[in-house]
Amino acid sequence: MSTSTTAAQRAAGGTADYLDQRTGISLAVKNFARKIFPDHWSFLLGEIALYSFVVLLITGVFLTLFFVPSMGLVEYEGPFAPMNGVEMSEAFASTLDLSFEVTGGLLMRQIHHWAALLFMASIVTHMMRVFFTGAFRKPREVNWLVGFILMILGLAAGFTGYSLPDDVLSGNGLRITDGVVKSIPIVGSYMSYFIFGGEFPGEHIIPRLFTVHILLVPALILALIGLHLFFVVLHKHTHFPGPGRTERNVVGFPLFPVYVAKAGGFFFVVFGVLALMGGTMTINAVWNYGPYDPSPVSAGAQPDWYMLFLEGSLRLMPGQGTEWDLWGYTLSLNVLIPAVVIPGILFTLLAAYPFIEAWATGDKREHHVLDRPRNAPVRTATGVAILTAFFILILAGSNDLIATHFALSINDITYVFRVLFLVTPFLAFWATKRICLGLQRKDRELVLHGHETGRVVRFANGEYIEVHKPLDEYERWIRVHHEPRRPLEIEPAEDEHGVRRKGYRMDAIRARASRFFYEDRVEPVTPAELAAAHSHGEHDALPAGEPETQEIGAGSGGGRHAVTGAPLPDEGDTPRPSVQDH
Amino acid sequence: MTTDNSSTEVEVRRDASGLPERFENPGLAPHQERMADNDPVADKRAERQVVILFALSVLGTIGFLVAYFLVPPGETVASMRLSNLLLGTTLFLGMFSIGAAAVHWAKVLMSDHERQEQRHPQRSDEKVRAEAIAQLKDGAEDSGIARRGVLKGAVVTALALAPLSIVVPLVGEVGGDWNVSKFRHTLWKQGKKLTRDPSGEPIRASEVTVGSVFHVIPEGLRDEELWIEEKAKAIVLMVRIDPNDLTEREERKDWSYEGIVAYSKVCTHVGCPVALYEQQTHHLLCPCHQSTFDMANEARVVFGPASRPLPQLPITVDDEGYLVARSDFHEPIGPSYWERLK
Repeated sequence: MSTSTTAAQRAAGGTADYLDQRTGISLAVKNFARKIFPDHWSFLLGEIALYSFVVLLITGVFLTLFFVPSMGLVEYEGPFAPMNGVEMSEAFASTLDLSFEVTGGLLMRQIHHWAALLFMASIVTHMMRVFFTGAFRKPREVNWLVGFILMILGLAAGFTGYSLPDDVLSGNGLRITDGVVKSIPIVGSYMSYFIFGGEFPGEHIIPRLFTVHILLVPALILALIGLHLFFVVLHKHTHFPGPGRTERNVVGFPLFPVYVAKAGGFFFVVFGVLALMGGTMTINAVWNYGPYDPSPVSAGAQPDWYMLFLEGSLRLMPGQGTEWDLWGYTLSLNVLIPAVVIPGILFTLLAAYPFIEAWATGDKREHHVLDRPRNAPVRTATGVAILTAFFILILAGSNDLIATHFALSINDITYVFRVLFLVTPFLAFWATKRICLGLQRKDRELVLHGHETGRVVRFANGEYIEVHKPLDEYERWIRVHHEPRRPLEIEPAEDEHGVRRKGYRMDAIRARASRFFYEDRVEPVTPAELAAAHSHGEHDALPAGEPETQEIGAGSGGGRHAVTGAPLPDEGDTPRPSVQDH
Repeated sequence: MTTDNSSTEVEVRRDASGLPERFENPGLAPHQERMADNDPVADKRAERQVVILFALSVLGTIGFLVAYFLVPPGETVASMRLSNLLLGTTLFLGMFSIGAAAVHWAKVLMSDHERQEQRHPQRSDEKVRAEAIAQLKDGAEDSGIARRGVLKGAVVTALALAPLSIVVPLVGEVGGDWNVSKFRHTLWKQGKKLTRDPSGEPIRASEVTVGSVFHVIPEGLRDEELWIEEKAKAIVLMVRIDPNDLTEREERKDWSYEGIVAYSKVCTHVGCPVALYEQQTHHLLCPCHQSTFDMANEARVVFGPASRPLPQLPITVDDEGYLVARSDFHEPIGPSYWERLK
């Protein structure tokens, strides 16, 4: 036994020596093997995206070996009887073969499609995590942009792959794309020719989409994932606020062995779940739709979820009076606004947000400790507003299904969504900001007064108080760690000689933006405030002389949790023992 | 406003009463021991769980191979589904169990003592920056680029022009013949028979009863070389409406035949086939974005994102009673584009 171990060790040592002599790899191992990564469930979201991409590559390679990216027409002959003798493209026929004749082919197809949906879903939720925790702040703005481009590439990958089987559903999707492209002013018709190699549908689009789908986009995604992860290593991962976590350190567990096991194992978890989805949930059953033909169309058809917002946007736009005639040229605002302008605004806002916030708040420091979303109310509210608009568009993209499932008028649903799209983002902003401020007040309340214990104590003099258990310093730190952020103060417009200062106007705009961010704020408890709250004891009782009122359970606000029937003796600066000792 | 990272280190400022202005970081919380850290029985149990999970994965893989060899997809949707279900669930077992085992191992058996690493500002220090700038300056000096203006121009011009050899042929070829005026015309012309889609049988006016819907393609479509492209433009939806319900402009009176009207089936919004006809209201609904057209009133838009009515195909009957086109559409069909009216 022991000899075999030493033999194995000798072999490993020999290999390591061989490699190191040729690559000097020991340096990398020394630097990275025990690199520290912080732990939090939300850091897994990006990992899900990475692993679904790996699953996409594995299943995708399998599919390419059987799929024929050709629009040449063939008559189907095969095990699937209903399609026998039907004329279809080779792309569609080979998709049927993949599903019916290649054992495991359908599983790979379905895993591939589910993985694509999960890829986009995890990218979007990962992006939400980064946004709401402020992880995009300096020095990570560039990586935010890399991630943003990855999201766009994910959309491109999904869209090009979705259209490949050349079925009726995806063919009509391509036709919609053609219609949208044609609406682009001046170059629209030519862009349509550029994409389709002539008139829609032509015979080039499937091979072209195939090349984009299996070569261009994945290569770009792979390269940018490399860059994305390089930045993660370079910047070291952010960590959530907590005891011992500072802007100068990173607290967590070593890559080897903890994350090799956890993250490596998580790949298999993601693959396993996707396999279960592919095995038990039918997706894109193209044999039910039939091959593409320009005439038929199916009702109740939805694109994949990540395209629904565009579909919803197209559906919501009113058509009346939105097609303009400019000196004989046609400007289709009814298509341009929903399909180009609105997504353009949403995406630009998203890509530019880190820079907007940095400018408005004048914050040029590095940040490695994440924000709790409540501690950045305006940012959180902005994110929720954008998501609300996105969500309304997704619902609008399903308006026909909502109509049929709930027996409602499609026209009424559309009118309602038009209003909701314009109104709810503002309501969501307002409500979220109030909720954040409320949560911050709750944090203050908890720090100042401690946990309610439910223990009511009666003193000899007849006074009742509820005993509160103060927070220990670790619990407290999470609620007081953040620095109070205040609006920028700018220099006056004129200097002492009454000369107007250069750049004042810009500063004034910036000051206004900064007020928008930080004017309404709840600052963290300071040690002085805590000391005052403990020493005066007035948080335990009503001030003397006030009539008997019951405020138990009134929540935050006054901070009085106990009832008293009699004036309190003045206790000076000594904290109440009963409050302190639990 | 601070511009560097120094202020992220909390400096302890104190107020009048000697208390710090802000709370200080208490440092790492004490480590919480897990069951398996102290109890050898729990430790052994956890190890056993991890082993069982890995064993489950082996079973899953064996199950997958068994399903692969014994349950082929077969001839029917049902047998295909069974094969898919067995392969999917066993693959799940094979993969997920490895993951569960590894994660469980990491969580209960590997050390869970938090460790720290120091961070350093991203910015290089002044010395490194100065050296980098010096290197670039030296390099530029060596190349002499600053002194040789013509050379600079030559490099830039050559590099800027070289990609044209790739771009010009690509752009030239990628759009076929680039003749976008094809959008304007369809296969329809005077005397072209209206035929059923997809069989291609001609249609007699007498077959078209009030309330019925016909999906129509031009006669001889399949003989065209690019028949799919032509079909994509030429598809027509034809209905017969009680002439009393029909509103027609004077100049279009002869575009219909005894209440039979034919309109392009390509939506003027973004081009979906408009296929859902509601007999009672004469409304035609596009299932893609719900643009709704009134077939009794020149296919005007009554709801949805489309802006223009569907183009009407002027029709009549020939000597044998078959429906035929009087001409092509009088305007381009389908979605709007920039030079549509030119």
